[in-house]
Amino acid sequence: MRTDLSCLDPPTLCRSRLPGLGAEEDVMGLLEKTVPGRLELPQVADLDAFEKSAVQMVKPSKGTTTLAFIYKDGVVVAVDSRASMGPYISSQTVKKVIEINPYLLGTMAGGAADCQFWQRNLGLRCRLHELGNKKRISVAGASKLLANILFSYRGMGLSMGTMIAGWDDTGPNVYYIDSDGARLKGQRFSVGSGSTYAYGVLDAGYKWDLKKEAACELGRRAIYHATFRDAASGGTVSVYHIGPDGWEKISGDDVNDLHYAYYPVQSTQQTPPEQSMTDVASTSSS
Amino acid sequence: MECLFGVVGDGFVLLVADTSAVRSIVVQKTDEDKILNLDSHRLLGTSGEPGDRVYFSEYIQKNIHLYRFRNGIQLSTAAAANFARGELARALRKNPYHANMLFAGYDEDVGPSLFYLDYIATLHKIQKGAMGYGGYFILSLMDKYYKPDMSLDDALKLVDMCIDEIRKRLVVAPPNFIIKIIDKDGARTHSWRKSVVET
Repeated sequence: MRTDLSCLDPPTLCRSRLPGLGAEEDVMGLLEKTVPGRLELPQVADLDAFEKSAVQMVKPSKGTTTLAFIYKDGVVVAVDSRASMGPYISSQTVKKVIEINPYLLGTMAGGAADCQFWQRNLGLRCRLHELGNKKRISVAGASKLLANILFSYRGMGLSMGTMIAGWDDTGPNVYYIDSDGARLKGQRFSVGSGSTYAYGVLDAGYKWDLKKEAACELGRRAIYHATFRDAASGGTVSVYHIGPDGWEKISGDDVNDLHYAYYPVQSTQQTPPEQSMTDVASTSSS
Repeated sequence: MECLFGVVGDGFVLLVADTSAVRSIVVQKTDEDKILNLDSHRLLGTSGEPGDRVYFSEYIQKNIHLYRFRNGIQLSTAAAANFARGELARALRKNPYHANMLFAGYDEDVGPSLFYLDYIATLHKIQKGAMGYGGYFILSLMDKYYKPDMSLDDALKLVDMCIDEIRKRLVVAPPNFIIKIIDKDGARTHSWRKSVVET
């Protein structure tokens, strides 16, 4: 049975196609009736610009803050949990740390579907590597696998800014991987619209010899400060730690609670008004 | 704001690259090595799009290794540079690589050589050259102060002059540079010029 594609044919004035159409029907009415499947296009002056702005409205931009850094005893990964579509906050409870396997974590920034799918796919390939080589894959190898996949899709619209973090034979490692094809090995990275704010706190407080508690607190504080200043970041701060035995989730705190924990309101304290009206001494006698 | 430049001297080639990895307004790394060791006596410095730069230079490196494994001898610098140019040209009309590079090497018979290879597969053998925004400032410097068969000390003085000029005049100048050298003893890192130290 052949598919009936007659709806895609250009409109014709052939009356014999339609049953019950008399010769008295006017041309406009006939034209409407001969193209039953026509797509209604928006009545705008510049169709291309309109369609582009429609796509831009729903396209996810990297409105998030994620960070990861290595230190003496392991890797700390901290993320926020807000998803925004332009000015609309679509979710405050997005899981932006993807557990690839018990000793590798990936973070999510950019397109959620792209990150989730490709990092799950990466978990699959890492497992295959383990089974084939009787040895866990290194973080360098895992990040290279993902980077090669993203490189082969470059220019096709994937949007991902992710960090792959883990502990392998060479110690703690974190790699930054991008949908533009970049792959960087480093000591600390932050990705997303709030990354600049997080970098400020992270860089100032960082030392290689941090203790585990202090390192996790540094990550938590950096994300909190980024959510305070960046409109596209917020929700909750999740902190993970990766040690020689794998990852563990340390904490998940709502940023509002953190705000009042770090900066409690003192009832005796009065914020001075920015501007106030004062009486002007009257010079003229009434 | 990447800077990559090189000079040929008396029995050696110097290749200098900045070491910043930058994404919009954020400096992600200040110690990224952009000069790849192709084999014992050849270096490839690249600048350009992040994915293309790494992917293309690693692709050339692996093919050069493959040639050595298959044939038992290393490719000469000119042959390797022409191979890289051929790969860029082949991809140019389909899926171009946005990577500019300087190809440096030392051969027993020819001595030191430097090749300019840009993203549209232009290949030239040169004595001194520069890529990136830094080039706007230092090409004239190199034209004035370069002499054929410079000694290593003189070449390093010229390199330092160029780095100082970039730091002085380029608006978002990279803080750190790596200097690599190739001579008859092989390709290796010579030194760094750091103004920001990673903790």
